[in-house]
Amino acid sequence: MKVVLSELTKHFPAPKKKGEVVAVDHFSFEIPDGSLIGLLGPSGCGKSTTLNMICGLQKPTSGKIFFGEKDVTDLPPEKRGVGMVFQNYALYPHLTVLDNILFPLENLKGKEKLKKEEKMERALTCARLVQIEGLLDRRPAELSGGQQQRVAIARALVKMPGVLLLDEPLSNLDARLRLQTREEIRRIQKETGITTVFVTHDQEEAMSISDCIVVMKEGVAQQIGAPQQVYDDPANLFVAKFLGTPPINVFEGRVEKGRLYIGNEDVLSVSGAEDGKVFVGIRPEGFVPDEKGTFTCTLKGVEVMGRDVSIVAQHPLCGSGAIRAIVSSEQGRAVDLSSSSVRFRLKSEKVFLFDGESQERIRVK
Amino acid sequence: MERNQKKGWLYLLPALLFVAVFLVYPLIDVLIYSVQEGYNSASQEFFGWGSYNYSYVLRDPYFLQALKNTLVLVFLTVPASTLLSLLISLALSSIKKLRKLFQTVYFLPYVTNTLAVGMVFMILFDQTEYSNGLVNLILEGVGFSPVDFIEGPYWAKMLVLCVYTVWTVMPFKILVLTSALASVKEEYYSAARIDGTSRFRIFYKITLPMISPMLFYLVITGFIGAFKAYGDAVALFGVNLNAAEMNTIVGYIYDMLYGDSGGYPSYAAAAAIVLFVIVLTVTVINLLVRKKHVFNG
Repeated sequence: MKVVLSELTKHFPAPKKKGEVVAVDHFSFEIPDGSLIGLLGPSGCGKSTTLNMICGLQKPTSGKIFFGEKDVTDLPPEKRGVGMVFQNYALYPHLTVLDNILFPLENLKGKEKLKKEEKMERALTCARLVQIEGLLDRRPAELSGGQQQRVAIARALVKMPGVLLLDEPLSNLDARLRLQTREEIRRIQKETGITTVFVTHDQEEAMSISDCIVVMKEGVAQQIGAPQQVYDDPANLFVAKFLGTPPINVFEGRVEKGRLYIGNEDVLSVSGAEDGKVFVGIRPEGFVPDEKGTFTCTLKGVEVMGRDVSIVAQHPLCGSGAIRAIVSSEQGRAVDLSSSSVRFRLKSEKVFLFDGESQERIRVK
Repeated sequence: MERNQKKGWLYLLPALLFVAVFLVYPLIDVLIYSVQEGYNSASQEFFGWGSYNYSYVLRDPYFLQALKNTLVLVFLTVPASTLLSLLISLALSSIKKLRKLFQTVYFLPYVTNTLAVGMVFMILFDQTEYSNGLVNLILEGVGFSPVDFIEGPYWAKMLVLCVYTVWTVMPFKILVLTSALASVKEEYYSAARIDGTSRFRIFYKITLPMISPMLFYLVITGFIGAFKAYGDAVALFGVNLNAAEMNTIVGYIYDMLYGDSGGYPSYAAAAAIVLFVIVLTVTVINLLVRKKHVFNG
């Protein structure tokens, strides 16, 4: 089912102060049927509020929500046909796995009411889908975090919702399980073809499985697009900083007559950009160690990571303490470790310019 | 492990000693008293061993009256007070404004002296030369004839005693239940709402099982507390409870020891053992029920 958010806005009364906090600000977005969407942002950016408005636990201050063609803005959660997986799973601890999965089905009334065998069949189908059919008699406390997660997904899917919502689905899992589970979520989503929205603060998580990510900040959607596209073409400094590990390196620079300067060094040709102060964002993979390079940094060390090498350096105009450049191991070996400085050539497609004031992206040809 | 066990016992020792001296020893002593026939407390002599004390107590109309009163009290006030407390706690947890105020109001009886409460109940229920009491005033207002709640018919006196007991035990139950309700995570309710669970089903299927350990604790302690009732009856009907037909088992035991008809430690001991057996039985039944129906975290 297609989900359309139109000018969605949510205000909360500010605690202990007069006035209001704007949690979500005129957010419009059309989620295509059957896609997996990641709402991404730091804590307090309004992503969970957006999710809660989609499921109906919170009412928008203004704006509309449509499921397909149907306006569901004023519908209570139970009438929307959504399945939700909570951050802490919210499995009922006194019920067995099977009873947890059956719970939503037992709420059905009137025409929708199912026979006992039908309920069991649907519960078992869902259990098989998330591969927990061997755990049906256990209580949630007897399951690992990953298993609980699966039960929660099964419970959300059992009533065949039009939309599946996941709130920080991986935050309670350890690193290894996280990798595994995110693949699992992707698989289940593809198998069921259900429109899915999930919330996360972990950019890697969002990038790795989403068809489309929405980067949010202070209630405003900063950029919407396919993960790779957003990574390669960030709309502003915030988005550029938020995506990517290690994070993008940001320098204060200036544009003069189509040339980009960081300090006194002329590092790149940027035709089309107006003269003035800019922020320069350089992805870690945008550095190429080159003795003839025009960009000089203080060398701090080289970290070997196996497949590639991370060069740690410093620059007085870099906002954060250290610069990280990811290079291939051959290039890394070529760096003279006894030297106190390292010179780089920059890959122009990995260098982004942002306005010195508004921090919006400056496009260059 | 070995060393730790020794340490463990060492730490337990003070409490063990205390329990042994003040609970286990007296219990055994009472048991011995209860089977000594014709015990004379002045000469500390007795005729022989036997069950005469029990047969006397179990045939004593005062004891049977006390037993009946206690059972009525237990089986009326424990369910009533637990149910009422649950309703009030649910109401308290569902309001936001004035919650603190109401919590305080409901907790007040807990910190009020039994006898002070007794006096308030006198004003409410007692008939004097000047007034029929507040409750009678209301009864007359809606067209009933006044009832003497303190010296009148048995049911009226029992009613007052039950109301009094319920009222005094509720604050603690409300306190426990409101915190139990608050400990049920909001997420469960959100999850249930999204799944379209009706309010009643949410309560019955989620809230109730989750607070059931606390609820059960209140029922057990409630039963035990009600079996030991005595002070409340005294506060309402004075010390001569046998005459008022309002005695309780504990009251009977006390009277047998120190009352006007007192001086019979053997009968008192037998009555105490009977009470002990009853409380033990009820508690064991409770525990068996618990195993079947209560969810343990």
